[in-house]
Amino acid sequence: MIEVSGLRKAFGEHTVLDGINLTVPHGTVFSLLGANGAGKTTTVKILSTLLGANAGEARVAGHDLARDPDAVRAAIGVTGQFSAVDNLLTGAENLTLMADLHHLPRAQGRRRAADLLDQFDLADTGKKPVSTYSGGMRRRLDLAMTLVGSPQLIFLDEPTTGLDPRSRRNMWQIIRDLVSGGVTIFLTTQYLEEADELADRIAVLDQGRIVAEGTPDELKRRIPGGHVRLRFAEPQSLDAAMAVLGQASRETDTLALRVPSDGSLRALKDLIGHLDDRAIEVDELSVHTPDLDDVFLALTTVSSKAR
Amino acid sequence: MTTQALPFYPLRDSATMLRRNVKRMLRYPSMTLLLIGMPVVFLLLFVYVFGGTLGAGLGAAADDGRSAYANYVAPAIILMTITSTVQGTAIAIATDMTEGIITRFRTMHIARVSVLTGHVVGAMIQATIAVTIVTGVAMLAGFHPEAGLLEWLAAAGFLLVVAFSLIWLATALGQVSDSVETASNLPMPLVLLPFLSSGFVPTDSMPAGLRWIAENQPFTPIIETLRGLLMGTPIGNSWWIALTWCAVIALGSYVWSKHLFNRES
Repeated sequence: MIEVSGLRKAFGEHTVLDGINLTVPHGTVFSLLGANGAGKTTTVKILSTLLGANAGEARVAGHDLARDPDAVRAAIGVTGQFSAVDNLLTGAENLTLMADLHHLPRAQGRRRAADLLDQFDLADTGKKPVSTYSGGMRRRLDLAMTLVGSPQLIFLDEPTTGLDPRSRRNMWQIIRDLVSGGVTIFLTTQYLEEADELADRIAVLDQGRIVAEGTPDELKRRIPGGHVRLRFAEPQSLDAAMAVLGQASRETDTLALRVPSDGSLRALKDLIGHLDDRAIEVDELSVHTPDLDDVFLALTTVSSKAR
Repeated sequence: MTTQALPFYPLRDSATMLRRNVKRMLRYPSMTLLLIGMPVVFLLLFVYVFGGTLGAGLGAAADDGRSAYANYVAPAIILMTITSTVQGTAIAIATDMTEGIITRFRTMHIARVSVLTGHVVGAMIQATIAVTIVTGVAMLAGFHPEAGLLEWLAAAGFLLVVAFSLIWLATALGQVSDSVETASNLPMPLVLLPFLSSGFVPTDSMPAGLRWIAENQPFTPIIETLRGLLMGTPIGNSWWIALTWCAVIALGSYVWSKHLFNRES
């Protein structure tokens, strides 16, 4: 659905994107994760035809971005970081405005607007001006407006930034529903939890470069900080295991050992093999993968040190 | 790969954008009222405060100065109504450009120019309403046009041409402004230029340098044409100079506006 290679963008001397490669398959959620200023919004702006790139190739929804931006526009929907709604109109008027711009017949446009108001829990407030809406309602309306044209590919640029936890969870559910309807989603976020919840694949963007890419689990495994925690019934077993495993750190109070591990099956087999060979009894074994916060901090600090 | 080009519907999209702008105007009528209020205040000021003396200066009988001046100044006030609308248009466009919905429009497969034409046609409607009201107030204040039906129609058509060209100029000025404050200041010359024309006093009463400016700026031929149509004064070659100015301003501003709208955000 999206294929990008060697995408570069600089504003004057300042390089914002420094050679980005991405592939987003049809019907998946791809999340671009990064801190403020990493280049997420610039990437969305380029892929949604708002900005031209300085170099690189990109195909979006089957069309060349540089040569055929109109065809790209016809296939995509964009919900940006700042609400793209008309504050002086009502919610319903905003939706019919979109229906008119998609050239839906009048009756069909009205029906679509009414359906979307229902679906996004805005039916009661549809006749009120958007200026009276809360942040969450505004975001929902924003996304509903994007959906009027039934786009195959939706760009969501930080769709939950500034929302309260309940509205955020609502938004996540809406996004999941969209995906189950076959829509491809390109999501940017600075929340690791959000990428973890929603994305099939994540790319971590740092200072204009993609520093890691993979499924959420792959990314977590790549990072040191994962460990296996072993709990023992007896202090003797703990001592014996400590002697065998060497590198482990002990928690004497709870009779537990933390053994650094990438959490892969092979590493676990080795570990269990060592313990078995010496017939050490283990009460409980648990694998701890780092959460995405660890991943993010590790990846982005490493690359900023490299500079 | 060749892709089949998807059609654009500029007229339909412009109509949609026009509906949006009309709704916005109706919902917040204070701007429209302000735009009508300013020329009305100037009308009353010039007719009732300065009118007696200025009318006498035009060579009218001492007891008839005020009504003579009302007839002299009304075309300038009508033109001011248009420049006032134009200032409002520049502000409306600058405000609109800061709203996220314009960014949304840019990512949609719509005829892009419709965003601008929607504003332009909306402003034309606004100007028509404003000019009608101000002309009515002027007639209550002693403006007695001598125009027949044909002259009225010609005057209306001429005013539409003037409004069209100045509104396109406002469309460019509104976009080139990086803030709403700039957008309200940039069209200021348009509001002031009528004072430096034959609108309020005849140009031959001005000192030489100022007179040269007054006689060679677009508002003098525009006002002379309008005055000729409404009051039957001689028009001479003013009409084609005025229309040439309008054509140049409209075309230049249209190209400029389109360029500004298509630049990268």
